[in-house]
Amino acid sequence: MTITTLKPETTAQVTDAVRWALSANEPLEILGSGSRRGLGRPVQAGHALDLSGLSGVIAYEPEELVLTALAGTRMDLIRAMLADRGQHLAFEPPEGGTLGGLVASGLAGPRRISAGSARDHTLGIAGVSGRGEAYKGGGKVVKNVTGYDVPKLMAGSFGTLTALTEITVKVLPAPEDTATLLLAGLDDMAAVAMLDRALRSPYEVSGAAHLPAGVAARSGVSAVSGAGGAATLVRLEGFGPSVAARVTMLREELRADAVLGRDESLAVWREVRDGAGLGEGGDAHLWKLSVPPSAGPSTVTAIRRTCDVEAFYDWGGGLVWLAAPPDSGAAIRAALSAGGHATLVRAPDSVRAATDVFQPLPEPLMALSRRVKESFDPKGILNPGRMYAGL
Amino acid sequence: MKMPVPDSGVIARRREIVEALRAIVPGEGVIVDENELRAYECDGLTAYRQLPMVAVLPGTVEQVSQVLKACKAMGVKVVPRGAGTSLSGGALPLADGVLLGMGKFKRILDIDYANRCVTVQPGVTNLGISNAVAHEGFYYAPDPSSQIACTIGGNIAENSGGVYCLKYGLTTNNVLGLEMVLMDGTILRLGGKHLDAGGYDLMGIVTGSEGLLGVVTEVTVRILKKPATARAVLLGFPSSEQGGDCVAAIIAAGIIPGGMEMMDRPAIHAAEAFVHAGYPLDVEALLIVELDGPAAEVDHLIDRVEAIARDKGACYARVSKSEEERLAFWAGRKAAFPAVGRISPDYYCMDGTIPRKALPLVLQRMQEMSDRCGLRVANVFHAGDGNLHPLILYDANKPGELEAAEAFGNDILRLCVEVGGVLTGEHGVGVEKRDLMTDQFDEADLRQQQRLKCAFDPDGLLNPGKVFPTLHRCAELGRLHVHQGELRFPDIPRF
Repeated sequence: MTITTLKPETTAQVTDAVRWALSANEPLEILGSGSRRGLGRPVQAGHALDLSGLSGVIAYEPEELVLTALAGTRMDLIRAMLADRGQHLAFEPPEGGTLGGLVASGLAGPRRISAGSARDHTLGIAGVSGRGEAYKGGGKVVKNVTGYDVPKLMAGSFGTLTALTEITVKVLPAPEDTATLLLAGLDDMAAVAMLDRALRSPYEVSGAAHLPAGVAARSGVSAVSGAGGAATLVRLEGFGPSVAARVTMLREELRADAVLGRDESLAVWREVRDGAGLGEGGDAHLWKLSVPPSAGPSTVTAIRRTCDVEAFYDWGGGLVWLAAPPDSGAAIRAALSAGGHATLVRAPDSVRAATDVFQPLPEPLMALSRRVKESFDPKGILNPGRMYAGL
Repeated sequence: MKMPVPDSGVIARRREIVEALRAIVPGEGVIVDENELRAYECDGLTAYRQLPMVAVLPGTVEQVSQVLKACKAMGVKVVPRGAGTSLSGGALPLADGVLLGMGKFKRILDIDYANRCVTVQPGVTNLGISNAVAHEGFYYAPDPSSQIACTIGGNIAENSGGVYCLKYGLTTNNVLGLEMVLMDGTILRLGGKHLDAGGYDLMGIVTGSEGLLGVVTEVTVRILKKPATARAVLLGFPSSEQGGDCVAAIIAAGIIPGGMEMMDRPAIHAAEAFVHAGYPLDVEALLIVELDGPAAEVDHLIDRVEAIARDKGACYARVSKSEEERLAFWAGRKAAFPAVGRISPDYYCMDGTIPRKALPLVLQRMQEMSDRCGLRVANVFHAGDGNLHPLILYDANKPGELEAAEAFGNDILRLCVEVGGVLTGEHGVGVEKRDLMTDQFDEADLRQQQRLKCAFDPDGLLNPGKVFPTLHRCAELGRLHVHQGELRFPDIPRF
C-alpha cells in the first residue's frame, strides 16, 4: 500500500523526513534495498523511507577489525571490499541487501554456533529515532562497555526502533581453508547425537548440519545428493595445516564417510545458510525454529504428529528449517516444549499480515517490549506492525 | 564526584522500611548493624565509600521480587551487588538506599553438556562455572582478572571481559539465557538454551547495564571445549610503536590469537621484580601472544608470529617450551596490578579502549601528562582489542594526590575518546566515569539511553547515580516534541 517513497541522501534529510512523518502522523516503511521485505509482517504505511541513497563505506581498517559504512551501503560492495583484504563478516549472513537491512533483520548463518550473530558483530550505530532525534550508540572499537549496548538492540529490531543511518561492524579474518566431513544415512536422532559429539570435540567445528534424505537429494553438490540418503555435515575451517590435521582426527573419531574439499564445502554451506532445497515451488510455508540443540529431532517428531512437514537441521540441531503446510503455526509452536521460538520466514504477504510471524511473547515480556518501542518511537511511525501487530 | 542528594524523608522512614524488608526476608537476611553494614560500604573502587541505609540478602527469586516491589511502593532506591569487585563503583551504596546483596544465590542449577551450556544462580563465581565443567574438558570463556571472586551476576551487569575476549567474546557473547526481576517485581525470562531470544534483544541491553535495569536471578551461559594446546610467545621491542606494529601485522595476517597482551617498561619492571617471570628488562614494550587450538595449528602459527615479530623489529623472542613456561609468561602479566601495588602505596586503574593505531600517540601524550602532574604511570594493554589499562601511581596519604590521580585518569579517558576510542572497555562506567559520559556521547545519545532505562524502571529507583551524569525524570524524557506544520523536507527526493 506504499504510496510515496522518500529517498534522503543525508542523515539530516532522514531526520527531516522522520520529523515530517511525526508531525503528519504518517507511518513510514523503512527500506534499504527492499530485499528482506518478505521477512516479518508487511508494514502498513502510506510512505516509504528508502535509505539506499545513504551509501558508502566511511572507514575500513582491516588491522583494527572494524568497518563503518552508511546504512544503505550494498552488502555485495562491502563483501568485495572485505574479501580483498582476506576478511569477512564472520556470522555468515545471507547475501544481498544493504548493511542496514542486514543488521535490522539480525540474521546469521551456519557459523552462528561459533561466531555469533549480527548482534555480536554490530559495534556502533547512528540513526534517527521515531522521535525525529538523531543519536548514536555503541562505538567504533571492538571492545566497549560504555553505556547501554544499543547496537545489540538494533540487531533484529526490523527498523521498528530507529531508521539506521550509519553502522560500525566487527570484521574478522576469513578462513584460509575449509573442508566438510560427511556422514551418510543417519536418522535425525543419530545425526544430532553425532553433531553433538563433533561439537564437544576440541576441533573447533564451525558448521554442524543434518540434511535428511529428501533434502540431501536436492542438493546441487553431487557428493551430498549422491550420498545415498541423509547427509550429516561437519565443517572445519582455518589455516591450511590446521584444517588438514583436524579433518584427519575428526574423520577417524566420527567414522565419516567422505570429506568435501573447499569448493564443495563452500557450496553446500551456502545451501544450508539459505535453507535451500526446502519447500520450493509448492505452497508450503518456510519456518525457522531455534531450539536447544538436543531437542531438534524430538521437536520435529512432535510437529509431525499433526502436520506433514519436511525439515533439516543446522546449528548442531538447534536450528530447524521447516517446510510446512499453511496454517501449521499453532502446531509448530505447541511443539516447542523444550523452549525456543519459531519464525515464519517465507509465506505470502496476506498470510504474514494475518499471523504471528515471530513467536508471541509472554505478556510481561510483551509489555516491556512495548515500552522499549515507545521509548524510541512513541507514535509508532517506524515500520509499525513489522514484528508484532500493534507494535 | 557527587552522588544524588540523600532523601532525608526516606532515611527518616528507615525503621518502617526495615520492618517491610524483614516481613519478606526473615532473620539475618536484613542487616542494620553499622559494623555489619561496613562490609558493603565500597566495592573494588575503594576511593568511594558509603554505608547503605540497610542491606538485604534474599535467598529466593520470590523474595527478590517482593523486595523490589516493596521498595518501589515505598519509593526507596535499591543498589544490587554481587561480590563487590566492580572497579568502577557500580555497587557503591546509597545513604538512602537498600543494598540488595545476591550472595545467597550460589547454586549451580544445571550442567547440560548435550546443549553445551550451564545454568547457575547469579552468585556463582566466574571461575566456579569453569571449575564445575573442567573434568569434562569444558570451560566458560570470559575470564576477568577477578574471576576467583567475581560472580556471574556481576559479570552480566558489567559485561565483563578478560584476556581471551578478542577470540572468545565478552560476557554478552557467551550468555544464552537470563531470569531477571524488574523494579516493579515482575519476573522475566529472556532466552534459554537456544540461540537468539525471540523479539527485541533485551538480553543484549541488560548485559552491561550496570544494575540499572533489573536484578538478574538466573543465568545460562554457553561453555566451550578447552583448546587442545596452548603455547605463548614472549616478544620484546625497542619501542611501543614497533610492538603496536607487530600486533597490527599479526591481525592483518589473519591471526586472531587467544590472548595478546602488551606491557610497557614500568609495568615490565614492576612485574618482573614481583614474580620473576623471566621478562627481559631492556625492552620498551613486551608482548605476550598466546596461540591456542589443535597442535598443528598452534605450531604453524607460532612460526608465523615469530617471523612477523622479527620483521617488525623484535629484539627478544622466546616461545614457551612447556606448560610451566607458558604459565610463567602469564604470571607476570596477571600479577601486574599487585606488582604495581608494591612499588606505589596506591594505584588507580583506568580502562579506555582506543583504535590500536593510536597507541604510540596515546602513550606519548600520557607520558607528557605524567610529567606535568608528577605522577608515574605503568601500562598494561589488551593489545588485540585496543583496551588500555594505565595504572596511575599515587599516595592517598599525600594531600591532593588522589584528586591529581583522578584528574590524570580523566584526561587519559578523554584522550581515548579524542582518538576515536571509548571511556571503558570492560570495567564499566559506574560512578567513576559517569561525569565523562558527555565527552563520548552528546545530549541526544544520553537521553535515548535514559529513555530505555525508563522502559525498565520508570521511577529511576534501581542503582541511580551510576552511568548517567544527569538524572532526568521519565515524564520529561518521554515528552514528544512535534512542531506541527513547521516541518518540511523540500530537499528530499520523492518518488
